[in-house]
Amino acid sequence: MHILLRGREIDNIDQLEVYEKHGGFAGLKKSLAMTAAEVIDEMKASGLRGRGGAGFPTGVKWSFIPQHEPLKYVTVNADESETGTFKDREIMEKNPYQLIEGSLICAYAIQAKAVYIYLRGEFWDIGAQLDDCIEQLRQKGYVGENIMGSGYDCEVYTHLGAGAYICGEESALLNSLEGYLGQPRVRPPFPAQKGGGLYKEATVVNNVETLANCPFIMREGAEAFKAIGTEQSAGNKVYCVSGHVKKPGNYELPMNTTFRELLYDQAGGPLYDDRAFKAMLPSGGSGPIVPLTDDVLDTPMSYEHCANIGTIIGSASIIVMDESVDMTWVASKVTKFFEHESCGKCTPCREGTYWLDKVIDRILDGRGTPDDVKRIADVAENMQGTTLCALGDFAANPIIHTIKHFPDDFAQHVGAASAGGD
Amino acid sequence: MAIIGNPKYQDRIQHHLAKYETKRSAVMPLLYLVQEEYGWVNQQGIEEVAGILDLDPTQVKSIAGFYTMYSEKPKGKYWLQVCTDLPCALRGADEFHAWLKDELGVEEGGTTDDGLFTVEHVMCLAACDKAPMLQCNFHYVENLGQEKMRDLLAQWREEAAQPAKG
Repeated sequence: MHILLRGREIDNIDQLEVYEKHGGFAGLKKSLAMTAAEVIDEMKASGLRGRGGAGFPTGVKWSFIPQHEPLKYVTVNADESETGTFKDREIMEKNPYQLIEGSLICAYAIQAKAVYIYLRGEFWDIGAQLDDCIEQLRQKGYVGENIMGSGYDCEVYTHLGAGAYICGEESALLNSLEGYLGQPRVRPPFPAQKGGGLYKEATVVNNVETLANCPFIMREGAEAFKAIGTEQSAGNKVYCVSGHVKKPGNYELPMNTTFRELLYDQAGGPLYDDRAFKAMLPSGGSGPIVPLTDDVLDTPMSYEHCANIGTIIGSASIIVMDESVDMTWVASKVTKFFEHESCGKCTPCREGTYWLDKVIDRILDGRGTPDDVKRIADVAENMQGTTLCALGDFAANPIIHTIKHFPDDFAQHVGAASAGGD
Repeated sequence: MAIIGNPKYQDRIQHHLAKYETKRSAVMPLLYLVQEEYGWVNQQGIEEVAGILDLDPTQVKSIAGFYTMYSEKPKGKYWLQVCTDLPCALRGADEFHAWLKDELGVEEGGTTDDGLFTVEHVMCLAACDKAPMLQCNFHYVENLGQEKMRDLLAQWREEAAQPAKG
């Protein structure tokens, strides 16, 4: 059953009348009849955790907002830029009203004045589509003043980014939305606190997929949601599968599904029948890589089970690589991404990604030495925990974990150089 | 022309100014209008945006320089941004990108002599299951191969040869 990718089951659910006919806005209606605190309690009881990567409990996040503050905001993180992630795009393209309904449920729960949907600039066409949706909703009384006759007022706006991965980091996103450089802020104050959010007001920043779950939770009840998945990872998750599988794409599955079920039963197994799977990045470029062993394949794709195998499920952008792939090349590709996307604010990330890229290029060119492999591991370790946002840690991961799991892939490059060099 | 006083943009400028708490927040949407008008973010456009928002042109320019989708030099009529990030590269995107540059006779970031095509590689565009892919003027073009791409280039050349409408 799809909770999120309902466009696959219901034709034209991207049209308002069709969405309404299939339970659309019943969750918002039910929420508006409750107190804001009751809505937050329902979200807490559902066990929903943030789908942007960090997995923070959504209801708890909402409860951090000080209710007595007169001005509060919701910001939707639709900056989807993690390497290998393309789930929010499908949710917005095929089921846009559900995202907006979820955003309004969140807005009501924290009594926000407005919702800003921050889309990556490349989602140009989706921005126009959402603007049309918002206009239709305004005409039918779902957005604007006195929503559904409840007396609650809330506006919804879209905002396009312009090509910067860092703006998916919540404080950078807020800076960008305010017209400043999209660079992370020093925290505290956190976005949920007065002084830390949008225009210095308390703000909830939630991912598209997170908010798109809310209408189901409010309509069907927290228990119905909690019944899906595992104890600590409730609900379905949209898993984005790319790379060396026969059928790359989005798969919405309960969070107790194993990697084996996803990669073999759903995604069709290895792209080339004569090549075995070698490794995967379960959370795009930013999470630790893991070898695709039987133990890993039999692991459920939940927050807690992925932690047990030394990685994270994050945003669930699963990049699969077969045995033909050189992990030094993978480390290079991912490092180039972070080198390009580092915002330049913190020295360890700005300089670290630059030098990592240079040295890995040297290793790949056959001009590296065994010391270079130690050097990049050392640089990466020194980036961890030393930056304002998680990007510095993310950028260290591909180096540290490829070297840890696939030392031979690096040795083959530096071995050649040392044999032929001085 | 200009964006200030140009009837084509007035409604949109007003819409963007109205939707935020501060004028400054409108800097990104207004820079897109500059790019639409001039084909790139030029100094005149930067000064216009600064004037509308009561900012210093240097502040506006720093925003334009930070984000990759604001072009700081003129591009071809068709700005082709090929994703060569890891998931696409696992499905042949590096080879496709190299072939496309070769086919058009341009270097990375270069524009064809007829001014029609600029080719660049970019980071993940959230289309990893449809590789190789590119964005043409920010619209998705997916599941590409050489044959399909040749057809598209021919189509765009033909489109560009038509007299401009309205």
